Amino acid sequence: MAQTGFGRRYFKAFVSGFFVAVPVTVTVLDRLAYVARVEGASMQPSLNPDGGSSPDVVLLNRWSVRNYQVHRGDIVSVLSPKDPQQKIIKRVIGIEGDFIKTLGYKNRYVRVPDGHLWIEGDHHGHSFDSNTFGPVSLGLVHGRASHIIWPPSRWQRIEPSVPPERRPLLNWEGATEDGYDD
Amino acid sequence: MKTGRMFRGFFVKTISFVGYTVQYGCIAHCAFEYIGEFVSCSGPSMEPTITNHDVVFSERVSRHLCRIQKGDIVIAKSPFDPKMNICKRVIGLEGDKVCTSGPSDVFKTHTYVPRGHVWLEGDNLRNSTDSRSYGPVPYALIRGRVCLKRKKNGLTGRTSSKPVWTTSPKMKCYHAGRPTFSLEIILNHTQTLSYSSCIRSLK
Repeated sequence: MAQTGFGRRYFKAFVSGFFVAVPVTVTVLDRLAYVARVEGASMQPSLNPDGGSSPDVVLLNRWSVRNYQVHRGDIVSVLSPKDPQQKIIKRVIGIEGDFIKTLGYKNRYVRVPDGHLWIEGDHHGHSFDSNTFGPVSLGLVHGRASHIIWPPSRWQRIEPSVPPERRPLLNWEGATEDGYDD
Repeated sequence: MKTGRMFRGFFVKTISFVGYTVQYGCIAHCAFEYIGEFVSCSGPSMEPTITNHDVVFSERVSRHLCRIQKGDIVIAKSPFDPKMNICKRVIGLEGDKVCTSGPSDVFKTHTYVPRGHVWLEGDNLRNSTDSRSYGPVPYALIRGRVCLKRKKNGLTGRTSSKPVWTTSPKMKCYHAGRPTFSLEIILNHTQTLSYSSCIRSLK
């Protein structure tokens, strides 16, 4: 008698805990932050500089991209336009309106359309990015990589920075981006 | 002493209130994100299937399980403005051949839908900006599949006290239109022909 009573109480506690923990965890992963392991060499040397031996684990901030506010130089994770169940992590090189010189795309110069981004991996030539599939829609952005959290020797905050040779030529306001000329 | 106890009781009540709000908010988020949500559609691009100011229920399960099929009506994020949603019908999945020329063109042009993309068109072809103008849409932009539509009782002028829900017209349309899909690809029929036959079968 006492044993079945205890079993029932345990079961009730488990079920009520389950209904609290699972929705809260899912909501946090969907809205606040996501943790993901980076695979591949397309973002070397910023991410995964050692290759497959110890892949970096990054913290993706999903709250900061809830209004699709992305800036040049951010490392973002996007849903792959070629495979909806895969996420790719690349750097934002151009935002809407920017005029970009491409590396191996079908057009030499591209104006990034409204509501789209131009993303590139830091390791040119080993990267499946906008130079292959063109500008990606902002709606595909999943999160912004803010910190590297594993391995502990690589704990750091990821700073947004565009490689100087990849800056856009000009943006829609007409001001040139590559250096200030007198 | 007594005020201390009151404060503690008040504090405990506030904490439990916040806790319940967070818990039910998370359950609501999971329901809207993984089960389905109600959407109010505006615009004429899906007439006569969905008219302006119609309320539809779009379920999210098919999208997460990658079971969106040709002929489904889907809600997707607009490729040019991620804060806006578009409601269109899936005409072609990845690898399909779709007709990009209009019904009045002499030479018919076709294109293949790339991997990971879908071709969307509104039912009201004359009044719809869709994949014919902006190209194929990535599958990952799809949010959900419309399965129920709120029916308005307009004939007698009397709205029923409880809203009546009909299953998506897509169900009937798809079965009626199924043979014309395969016929269309072989004989190069345009989209208008196949869907006008669908719409006639609904009436």
